[in-house]
Amino acid sequence: MHELSIALSIVDAACEELSRQPHSRVSAVHLRLGPLSGVVKDALTFSYDLACAGTPLQGSELRIEDVPIRIYCDRCDADAEPVSMQAMRCPKCGTPAARTVQGTELQVAALELCEMGAPA
Amino acid sequence: MSPTRLVEVRQNVLNKNDLAARALRQRFEEAGVCAISMVSSPGSGKTALLERILTTMRERYRVAALVGDLATENDASRLARSLAPVRQIQTGTICHLDASMVGCALEGWRLEEIDFLFLENVGNLVCPASYDLGENARMVLLSVTEGEDKPLKYPTIFHSADAAIITKIDLAEAVEFDRTLAHGNIQAVRPGIRILEVSAKTGCGIEHLLEWISERRLHVD
Repeated sequence: MHELSIALSIVDAACEELSRQPHSRVSAVHLRLGPLSGVVKDALTFSYDLACAGTPLQGSELRIEDVPIRIYCDRCDADAEPVSMQAMRCPKCGTPAARTVQGTELQVAALELCEMGAPA
Repeated sequence: MSPTRLVEVRQNVLNKNDLAARALRQRFEEAGVCAISMVSSPGSGKTALLERILTTMRERYRVAALVGDLATENDASRLARSLAPVRQIQTGTICHLDASMVGCALEGWRLEEIDFLFLENVGNLVCPASYDLGENARMVLLSVTEGEDKPLKYPTIFHSADAAIITKIDLAEAVEFDRTLAHGNIQAVRPGIRILEVSAKTGCGIEHLLEWISERRLHVD
């Protein structure tokens, strides 16, 4: 279980960006997550609130966008979503695919910010 | 409620590790070191295999190893018998090695004097998959006693590896290991991966494994 350390890294990345955005508060962090990242979504969601506690991100939401795995099929000369993670082959022709073009993503895509208003 | 706005960030969460791994990879390349990491579940025989590898390769190459463990120094003491330089990385409660731990553990070693550096990860088939250690190649181990469906249960780590090593092959018959099924499952999650079968105990298959390891160095020079 390394999702807590991943959640802490997400908070770090978001705080760094937030420091460049004056008078703002983070309402949500948008994360792109691929199945081959090695990160379990539920465990990450659970860890996120703990990681945010006592930081400027406290109370923010983690919005996860699932990024599907895509392989490159040599035979079809095209990208495709494989049959499954346990069957990394082309869904059309069945050729096993050695190349993965998408699915390892673990990326803070964007921050949703609220204006806090300029200080008096 | 105040209106919200979206600010694009597009930063990899493991950016710090990726940068540290990139720096390590560059150091290895400049020093002519070929770094090979080993991942597996606890008890699949990483240390036994590494002891065999170090003892055999020492005759021809300058080899060294870093071994990760949660709490003990047992692995390093055991590997010291190979007479190769070995250091233990105690990770405490952390379930994987990361690039900065590897970087710290290398302190004081002259990388130019090493041909092959082995990085034995903490026994865990989940977390190590996410962390690049700057290695040239990653071996995932699966022992015949673990069951043929392990690759299907942990596809991510098998997918992150460059070779799958089936260990304790001397026990295959006793545990009715289904070789065809195991190979099929490994290939299903990582098509085209090199599969090697070895026994650290009897030495069976070690020659082919060492050949594969030596070939990794050709990619470095």
